[in-house]
Amino acid sequence: MRIGLFVPCFIDAFYPDVGIATLELLERFGCDVDYPFDQTCCGQPMVNSGCHDEAAATEALFVKNFAKYDRIVAPSGSCVHQVRDNLTAIEQTPEVKHVRENTLELVEFLHDELQVEAFPWANFPHRVGYHDSCNTLRNLGHGKPSELHGEYFSKPRTLLEKVAGIELVAIDRPDECCGFGGTFSVTEPEVSTQMGQDKIADHGRNGAEYIVSADSSCLMHQSGCAARIGAPIQFKHIAEILNGASQ
Amino acid sequence: MSTNQPDPNATIQSKTATREAQPRPVKAPDGKRVDHARSAKQFLNAPEHAKSHDTRVWAMRTKRDKQAHTIEEWEELRELASQIKTHTLTNLDTYLEQFEANAKANGIHVHWAADGAEHNRIVHEIFKEHGVKSVIKAKSMLMEECGFRHYMDSVGIEIVETDLGERIQQLDGEDPSHIVVPPVHKMRSDVARLFAEQLGSDPDNDDAHYLAGAQRDATRPLILDADAGMTGANFAVAETGGFVVCTNEGNADLSANVPNLHVASIGIEKLVPRVEDMGVFIRLLSRSALGSPITQYTSHFRAPKQGGEMHIVLVDNGRSKRLGMERFWSSLKCIRCGACMNTCPVYRRSGGLSYGATYAGPLGLILNPSFDLHRYSNLPFASTLNGSCTNVCPVKINIHEQIFGWRQVLAEEGHLPWTKKTGLTAAGQVLASPKGYRMAIKTTNSALKHLPRWALYNRMNAWGEGREMPSPPDNGTFHDWYKRNRLNGQAKTSAGGANE
Repeated sequence: MRIGLFVPCFIDAFYPDVGIATLELLERFGCDVDYPFDQTCCGQPMVNSGCHDEAAATEALFVKNFAKYDRIVAPSGSCVHQVRDNLTAIEQTPEVKHVRENTLELVEFLHDELQVEAFPWANFPHRVGYHDSCNTLRNLGHGKPSELHGEYFSKPRTLLEKVAGIELVAIDRPDECCGFGGTFSVTEPEVSTQMGQDKIADHGRNGAEYIVSADSSCLMHQSGCAARIGAPIQFKHIAEILNGASQ
Repeated sequence: MSTNQPDPNATIQSKTATREAQPRPVKAPDGKRVDHARSAKQFLNAPEHAKSHDTRVWAMRTKRDKQAHTIEEWEELRELASQIKTHTLTNLDTYLEQFEANAKANGIHVHWAADGAEHNRIVHEIFKEHGVKSVIKAKSMLMEECGFRHYMDSVGIEIVETDLGERIQQLDGEDPSHIVVPPVHKMRSDVARLFAEQLGSDPDNDDAHYLAGAQRDATRPLILDADAGMTGANFAVAETGGFVVCTNEGNADLSANVPNLHVASIGIEKLVPRVEDMGVFIRLLSRSALGSPITQYTSHFRAPKQGGEMHIVLVDNGRSKRLGMERFWSSLKCIRCGACMNTCPVYRRSGGLSYGATYAGPLGLILNPSFDLHRYSNLPFASTLNGSCTNVCPVKINIHEQIFGWRQVLAEEGHLPWTKKTGLTAAGQVLASPKGYRMAIKTTNSALKHLPRWALYNRMNAWGEGREMPSPPDNGTFHDWYKRNRLNGQAKTSAGGANE
């Protein structure tokens, strides 16, 4: 099985460690991973603003880059949601359908497909508040959102619980949106930053030293909010912890 | 009327004047877009109000969760309610005719209004025939849609709201900011100040019981003397020709029963086929809205009282048009519980009046554009698309997908602001070109690394208003790393060249 690694644009630019951790983690499990060099973006910034036509060429490039792989794995829930559920600006050829059906977010891939039982190399002796990004939680089904009735489950927490030393802390509003929301973060900056400040305050109040998430975009926003007020809380992508980061 | 009537001006200065003033939204002039972000900013600039609003509205969401989670078959109930509404809307013509025939057989006069203006004219005609000068009215979002109160003001008929929250908003000259709890954006001190001005109560006394009492003393005589009563309806039952009104204050019952003339305004989407369907909807409605098992009063009206007269005005006002919209028709399933507003993190931080429309919150984002696409063209962007609205909706409207859908409609029909449209067109071009993309990243990271703070954090940088920018990585992009560590420095394709 050949895996195409999709490293979304802002992770490529700002958070290379997240891409590296994802690649190394997949390699630890013996995956045959390739990083197509001409990749750019999934089209989400345009599509989420309603500009589907403007996203068509980007979507076509995405499919061209990834069509040859059996699975496409990305450390970003919102980008995977875009590819799987909203990549519709181009003709839905068998190739496009193949790419859309086989694009997986990292946690899903580890939990559902590889069914990982242990991360022997991982040790993270810290109190961690897990941030469910809205896309992973409600669009990709990482867990049961608090507002739905039913059996509790959380794929990312199931994985994190296998990490030695980690202590997961609960927060008051477990799956309240942090306010990033793509272009929302700049078209509604006041509401967006208020939501971000409320989010990090909730984690801080409940004793989290780190906020960990499967979406770097949420973390970029929250860490920007924390840095502005000098909040001592730190941020990590789940890939880094599962790959053995100790701080 | 309260017996305690100090000089309001003198006392206002003593205590309430030191409190934070109630934030007021920016009203968009006719023909202009509503600027949600700007009003939201003003709301957040009153931090006591903003925090209180978020806390109170979140408490309703929390109570809703508790109530919902005590019912094992909650998700099945939602599915059932959704199916009943879908079935009814699919056969709406049949059910409306059935409803009309049964209502008439019960002795109710039935009228049809194509839009808000026709609704107002019909009701005015009824009032003229009966020489009505004063009207007591229960809360109705449909009448808000129709601009009913303003119309009645213009023809000299006095309307008295009987719902406490709605009365507060009426006295303050404001629209409701929440469809279930209209003045939820106000603090008790705001109400104390308002009642002192309008009812002559003590401005320093913001005890809820005292304030409610002051309002009751002032309003009760108006209720007893009114010439006509108006209500909306939560449900209209086709098989009986009756309708159901749910309140917690019993005010709809006063409005309906005290005067001899009762006029009910009902949106055509309120239909359900059978009385037994109430067994599904009543279980969902108040649990979703306020997190209480049921409203204090669930009143079934089927015929005029003895010696009285009852009219129903069935109102379309854009509903048929929406029923024909493939992506948006299911918004007509809405039972106006407000659960989507309570769960919405944007609504809670921005206050209902910032939406500048009849409907606020997620529901407003998908309903208002169908009334005036350009005026409300910013609203579908007042969302992070987090999707919790869809999950709390008791009739399973795919609210966040419809918000997403309206964005596409707005873009296609040319209603995006010019800067946004051109920015995204440019982004689309850069992101479709591996070389252009690598160049853009290089430029961005270089700017973040080398530009001084004052140049980066300027007025144009909306990100930087309240947040730090991410810092560019010391050892370059992931792309650079991959080339160094996995390809021995060799780029696999031409695209790598731009980054060398």
